[in-house]
Amino acid sequence: MTYKSVTENKQFLIPKHFFKVLALLMFLLGISLLASFAFGSRIVGWNELMDGLFHPDVQSHGANVVRQRIARTIFCVMCGAALGVSGALMQSVTRNPIADPSILGVNTGAALFVVCGIAFFHLSSAGQYIWFALAGAIITAIIVFGIGSIGSGGTTPLKLVLAGAATSAALSSLVMAIMIPRSNVMDQFRFWQVGSVGAGNWDSISIFIPFLIIGILVALFTAPALNALALGDEAATGLGVRTGTLRLIAVFGGVLLCGVTTALAGPIGFIGLLATHIIRLLIGADLRYVIPMSALSGAVILTISDVCGRLLGSPGELEVGVVTAFIGAPILILITMKAKMRAL
Amino acid sequence: MINESMKLLMVGRYKRRRRFIIMTSILTIIAIALCCAMLMLGNTIYPVQDVIRVLLGEEVKGATFAVGTIRFPRMIAGVFAGFAFGVSGYVFQTMLRNPLANPNVIGITAGSSSAAVFCIIILQASNTVVSIASVIGGLATVLIIFLLSRGSSFSIGRLILVGIGIQAMLNAVISYLLMIGQEHDIPTAMRWLSGSLNGVKMETLYPLIITVLIFAPIIIALGNRLELLELGEQAATSLGVNTDKTRLILIISSVLILGLATASTGPIAFVAFLSGPIAKRLVGVGFSNVIPAGLVGIILVLASDLVGQFAFVARYPVGVITGILGAPYLIYLLFRMNRKGDL
Repeated sequence: MTYKSVTENKQFLIPKHFFKVLALLMFLLGISLLASFAFGSRIVGWNELMDGLFHPDVQSHGANVVRQRIARTIFCVMCGAALGVSGALMQSVTRNPIADPSILGVNTGAALFVVCGIAFFHLSSAGQYIWFALAGAIITAIIVFGIGSIGSGGTTPLKLVLAGAATSAALSSLVMAIMIPRSNVMDQFRFWQVGSVGAGNWDSISIFIPFLIIGILVALFTAPALNALALGDEAATGLGVRTGTLRLIAVFGGVLLCGVTTALAGPIGFIGLLATHIIRLLIGADLRYVIPMSALSGAVILTISDVCGRLLGSPGELEVGVVTAFIGAPILILITMKAKMRAL
Repeated sequence: MINESMKLLMVGRYKRRRRFIIMTSILTIIAIALCCAMLMLGNTIYPVQDVIRVLLGEEVKGATFAVGTIRFPRMIAGVFAGFAFGVSGYVFQTMLRNPLANPNVIGITAGSSSAAVFCIIILQASNTVVSIASVIGGLATVLIIFLLSRGSSFSIGRLILVGIGIQAMLNAVISYLLMIGQEHDIPTAMRWLSGSLNGVKMETLYPLIITVLIFAPIIIALGNRLELLELGEQAATSLGVNTDKTRLILIISSVLILGLATASTGPIAFVAFLSGPIAKRLVGVGFSNVIPAGLVGIILVLASDLVGQFAFVARYPVGVITGILGAPYLIYLLFRMNRKGDL
């Protein structure tokens, strides 16, 4: 009996450590949620924490603090999930280990459009930023991928990263040019340009939800086809995948998620990179599992980073965008050092 | 036969030397003309004789203040910072044999800036401390980037990627520091994002001037060896260059002038990146292009500053103008390198 049936073939089954990793991540998410409720410029005790969460009629200072932190925490979890999925999508579309919205200049594109919006169309609320940020993110993504995929060898990581860095530099000069004569814009923008989940409230959550759902659905539906794409364009075409359409849809999903997050929270880098890489290390490369797990790990990482930022920056806070840059950039460097340069 | 080829070589060398001398003189003349323009132009336009009298120390009503206290330091800052950016950018690009491997792209300027911003906003430090910190920040960044990108075999691609990673971290630091800074510090601090010659004072420029006067000649003197380094490690060694020592001296000198220039004007975007390729295109190969690159740096900074001051309704700092000029060129360069498969 040399032939095995498909179901016996382990490749098609749930990855080896899937349940262990899932349990671990759920546990970590629980811990980080509690930490996010409890820690901050004022550290809340266990009893007050429970009061704040489960006894809406108890009025104590600590309980009210906890209630204030709930919206922020939920927002943070959503941002993390969106960025994680976005990273997984971008990396698999480009077959490229370091594709992350922040490295590809997508954030700067969103920033440019938001600044234009503030300066020329007098936008002032997150709900209005979102469409500009999305448009900026999508246009920039197209330009960067365009530049990065010219020439032989397709989109190599080095080409893509350089195209991203160059485009970012170009766009940030434009941002400056628009901003400098207008001091009110500068003041609004200065707080937006450091990614932070501190502004998260129920309004931004309700704006976020539909985009998050659409993005994650796109990711989940494209996952099987993206698995085929991982084998290479020819193989994927042979397996009946329309690679062009697939790329377009998947990139749309990825840019949608990171564009919305950037619009609401400001540029937060490296979460997509970190979340997906950790998951790939733990459970392998099957995107049907990697995508939901990246959402989970992205949420965990961002929430923990946010708590760390609040503890480190006490009595104020260290914005989460700064924290993630410090965790993420070394990981980027590690990946670069490990990779064979021919692969880059 | 041998004589003929010798003759051809001689003729080629003569032609290249003539082109080098002509282009360098033209660049010098343009730079001097821009210096004069910097001193003469402003809200009030002063004639040449007034400017000269002010520079000779005479009292001229109105002009003494405007030219002597405002425009002269601004011009000096532009000249020395432009030269420093141009030269150090050229050194890195030539040494690493890749136009993309310049202080702007691999994060050395970000290292200098973040150290300087930290000193200004957190420590409220004096100018001297800021200058020193800026240089140390730049050197430390270079060291980290080179150590991290060594790996099993050195590659420029890895160096650039590591540099971009480091830069992402440093930019996060700068953004954070800008955000916690006082509101009245922000215009000053914005200088650290794109570079500006506004409000430069003479007394803050002395460290930059002295360092450039000491270290630029060293780099110029090593110019020929730098060209040999571009041929590659083995070729340079066999032609009698002590590669490690030369590289060390070049890196330290250029980071020193780069750091001090960054400390006094902020990282004027893309000057370090643009000067080398422009100089090379104008002057051609065969001679050390250190001086032309420095001159192109001066011209870029002064011309962009004039454009920023007078071409638009709002006054833009010089870094915004150089950024808008430089970014399309960077993208074009990527475009060309990608198509040729150089990356």
